[in-house]
Amino acid sequence: MTRTDRKTSFFAYIFLTIFAIVMVFPFVWMFSSSFKTSEEIYEMTVIPENPSLANYEFIFNYSMFPRWFLNSMIVAVVTTISVLFFDSLVGYTLAKYNFPGKNIIFILILSTLMIPTEMLVIPWYIMVRQLKWMETYWSIMFPGMISAFGVFLMKQFMSTIPDDLLDAARIDGVSEFGIFMRIVMPLVKPALATLAIFNFIGNWNAFLWPLIVAQTPKMYTLPVGVSYFSSENLTRWELIMTGAAVSTIPLIIFFIIFQKQIVKGIAMSGLKG
Amino acid sequence: MKISQKRIVTAYVFLAVPLVFYIVVRFYPMIYAFWLSFTNWKLVSPKQDFVGFSNFVKLFKDKVFMTSLWNTIKYVLFGVPLVIVISLFLAATLNRVKHLQWFYRLLYVMPYITPLVAVSWVWRWIYQRPPAGILNNLLMAFGLDAQPFLTSMNQSLPAIVVTTVWVNLGYCIIIFLAGLQTIPQEYIEAAKIDGATSRQSFFKITIPLLSPITVFLVVTQSITFLRIFTQVYNMTDQGSGGPLNATKPLVLYIYQKAFRSFDMGLASSATVILFLIIMGITLVQLLVLNKRVQY
Repeated sequence: MTRTDRKTSFFAYIFLTIFAIVMVFPFVWMFSSSFKTSEEIYEMTVIPENPSLANYEFIFNYSMFPRWFLNSMIVAVVTTISVLFFDSLVGYTLAKYNFPGKNIIFILILSTLMIPTEMLVIPWYIMVRQLKWMETYWSIMFPGMISAFGVFLMKQFMSTIPDDLLDAARIDGVSEFGIFMRIVMPLVKPALATLAIFNFIGNWNAFLWPLIVAQTPKMYTLPVGVSYFSSENLTRWELIMTGAAVSTIPLIIFFIIFQKQIVKGIAMSGLKG
Repeated sequence: MKISQKRIVTAYVFLAVPLVFYIVVRFYPMIYAFWLSFTNWKLVSPKQDFVGFSNFVKLFKDKVFMTSLWNTIKYVLFGVPLVIVISLFLAATLNRVKHLQWFYRLLYVMPYITPLVAVSWVWRWIYQRPPAGILNNLLMAFGLDAQPFLTSMNQSLPAIVVTTVWVNLGYCIIIFLAGLQTIPQEYIEAAKIDGATSRQSFFKITIPLLSPITVFLVVTQSITFLRIFTQVYNMTDQGSGGPLNATKPLVLYIYQKAFRSFDMGLASSATVILFLIIMGITLVQLLVLNKRVQY
């Protein structure tokens, strides 16, 4: 390494570190505020003088946050399972079967990626009212039960499976659905993992649609509930920061476990474009 | 029945539920939204008459709509260049360091996967007036004046842009980095032997080779900024897009018209306009990618 190389890499690290601080500081401040009492909340201390879990206890005992946490979990888990099953099934059928209308169906499904959700929420809302789905989990979940991006992703992976393998299973008398569930699905596990991670994150963080259909606090998801401690007259910042922390913690854990797949998945979505 | 016919039947059985889903939950609502945009339907009244383009005329005469349209354009014009330039330089810097690359990348992408609502409230907290807001306390510690940020007509929109850039940086960095790693190192080495400075090789080799990825990111980020809603709803007073509509984007206007005033016809017309803008940008991307950026 030459001297100028060392010098540039020194400046590179300084530059990167400054940005790393900018990226991380809001998280630090959020957690720090969540451990402060209402007396200390306006102090600019990064480490609280009297750190306490009182805000967390309050939120879990005297608010509907536990319920909202459960709601978010139900919505994210159920939609993810549905997306994994149906997206794989559609991807597999489009990749491995020959039938009239195949290309048109694929193009039509892909074309839905261009429709902005904002355009669909009004018709969805009218549907929910007419079908009396108001205040149900189903009303929050149904728009996300299948994802077009997932169909695209799974079709790519499914087409790498050799046809001979499927034919061998057919000769052994495995049913068509059995081939899909017991032979194909285990082979595409990495793709399923990527799809599951992104779908879970997306549904956990979703805001606009839950805000529209969850009209009583009973049906709120965490993002809809975070602002609960803010009113026109008084904003309980320590409780809001605690709520924000509660909605973030599962994702941070998730992120630490699946960081490799997440980074790879994002990179993949870009290079496809 | 022949085997091939049996396969066709199986394929359609497998696709039955998804096809119904796509028709009922995607295509029918989209057509319905187009239809609604030509009616005067308010959710609370049974009246649903075809009124032609009069909703669109009404929108373009509505000052609040024009303000929110202009705000949306401002979000795109401020946000996209910022996020592209900063993420490109960070990715290029990351690509040069040998150690801890994964660690920095991890920290940078964290905001992107965090719930946007939580992020918005944290930044709203950071932007508070003194003595509460940490950013103002920092400014004052450096001897600068405290700023009103979110309560100011001029600063509130840029403040929300900064938060959004902070959120989207990690996504763009990862994609740029993946692109940078596909550029053969020999190109850079060859330029170096020919006497090019590292700045020259960055601007003359790296940036041109990255252009398909840059186009992709410009388009996806433009669409992200066009659809901005959650940040504004959570960072402004009572989700109003204030002060005095200074931050209100198109989607918030749509939300208020549809779910506060229940004017479904007018709100649908506004969604049609949003849809046309997004379509336009996507088509431009296809054209540009096919034409210019082949190397």
